[in-house]
Amino acid sequence: MALITCKDVCLGYDGQAVLQDVNFEVCRGDLLCIVGENGSGKSTLIKGLLGLKAPLSGSITLGDGLKHTEIGYLPQQTELQRDFPASVMEVGLSGRLNGMHGRPFYSKADRAAALENLERMGVEDLKNQSYQALSGGQQQRVLLARALCATKKLLLLDEPVTGLDPVATGELYNLIKLINLCNNITVIMVTHDIEAALRYSTKVLHLGKTQLFFGATEAYKKSDPARRFLGGRKL
Amino acid sequence: MISILKEMLSYPFLVRALVVGVLVSLCAALLGVSLVLKRYSMIGDGLSHVGFGALAIATALNLAPLAVAIPVVVLAAFLLLRLSQSGKLKGDAAIALLSSSALAIGVMTVSLTSGMNTDVNNYMFGSILSLSEADMRLSIVVSIAVLALFVLCYPRIFAVTFDETFSKATGVKTEAYNMLIALLTALTIVLGMRMMGALLISSLVIFPALTAMRVCRTFRSVTVCAAVVSVVCFLLGMVLSYAFETPSGASVVVVDLLVFLVFCAVGRVRRAA
Repeated sequence: MALITCKDVCLGYDGQAVLQDVNFEVCRGDLLCIVGENGSGKSTLIKGLLGLKAPLSGSITLGDGLKHTEIGYLPQQTELQRDFPASVMEVGLSGRLNGMHGRPFYSKADRAAALENLERMGVEDLKNQSYQALSGGQQQRVLLARALCATKKLLLLDEPVTGLDPVATGELYNLIKLINLCNNITVIMVTHDIEAALRYSTKVLHLGKTQLFFGATEAYKKSDPARRFLGGRKL
Repeated sequence: MISILKEMLSYPFLVRALVVGVLVSLCAALLGVSLVLKRYSMIGDGLSHVGFGALAIATALNLAPLAVAIPVVVLAAFLLLRLSQSGKLKGDAAIALLSSSALAIGVMTVSLTSGMNTDVNNYMFGSILSLSEADMRLSIVVSIAVLALFVLCYPRIFAVTFDETFSKATGVKTEAYNMLIALLTALTIVLGMRMMGALLISSLVIFPALTAMRVCRTFRSVTVCAAVVSVVCFLLGMVLSYAFETPSGASVVVVDLLVFLVFCAVGRVRRAA
């Protein structure tokens, strides 16, 4: 059964649609890249998938026992976060809140899980360091660890490599692919970086106010929307 | 200094002021960390002006000051939060609007009734003589409630302060926690206002957090440091106020400022090292 099924989804603000007729499915183990230009409705779709925004029409169904609050979400970084006084551990732990069910404080199990995810991301040595002192790549890894703390099944990444240098970008993509393959965690990634999308994804969803393409990455490479998006460049 | 403190403790009204002051400083410092980080520092300032207006009207109508001020300021806090989030009026502009209007209404009320007298002066700049036995009891109850709620919600307050979008996505009721922070801030401001003065109370919220952030780099250490700094500065300020017969609110703020500057210097030196 699919983890997420979108059927004739139409999303918008104040009754005004910004994204129409979206039909796609995310299955276990997929690495789906959502691409499209600015204003194509990517962010709005994310809100819909997270359950923060109800569709104007159509339906977004979660399967396989997944809940909206159990999606490991990596939001776009804000200026506010970058100079925030917090330790790496504090940030990681906050990903465990969705499993606390009214418990006021973190348990030993929460700490162990947070540490394990920091380790997976290779930042466990930094656990007592200050988040604001880290490099951009390290900060993203910490946020990725936090997202992993919040989920067992699905990661939703919103522009994960924005502002990173090429080396850190490559490392982060590799980490994401690794999580996808080794931990069997399904990944949905919104990105501007079409080359990376084609290299790492198994499926592509191309948006432009509506759904321009959805299917396997190999088929996307031969499609018209991809050719136009790449501006005629050869793949 | 110890001998001065001892001497101070022999006056019942000073004991009341110290007890209430320590509790309010503690509450203000804890909430301040979250408010400063969320860029809501001016909410404290705005609320204190609303509090002044409410106190002026309560006095004019011969009502119990706290009983009027608490609900009015809590309401104003929710309104400010709404305004800052809706984005139609920018948050800082909304606060400036509300706070000067409330101040103006307060001043009008006062001059139409009793005229500008010592009472008004006390509201604006604070007086430790204004606390009655009943005020102290109410202050203790409310402060303990604020502290307990803060401690119980600590992980969630961290999450909502650090990253509201992520928290919301993982099912934390961010609106509820924002409301809670606004509610607790409103209560703290009203309690502290009469001692510190409407014009100075916001420093109790802002200074400790900013001071702590000069040196500390994790949320927990900032919170603990802010709480300690706040209480110590308050006590030092009171001693200063007693020794030199200066107004209590202003004395506390001056100590806060000095400690802030010291922490700035320490932070600089540390980073250079």
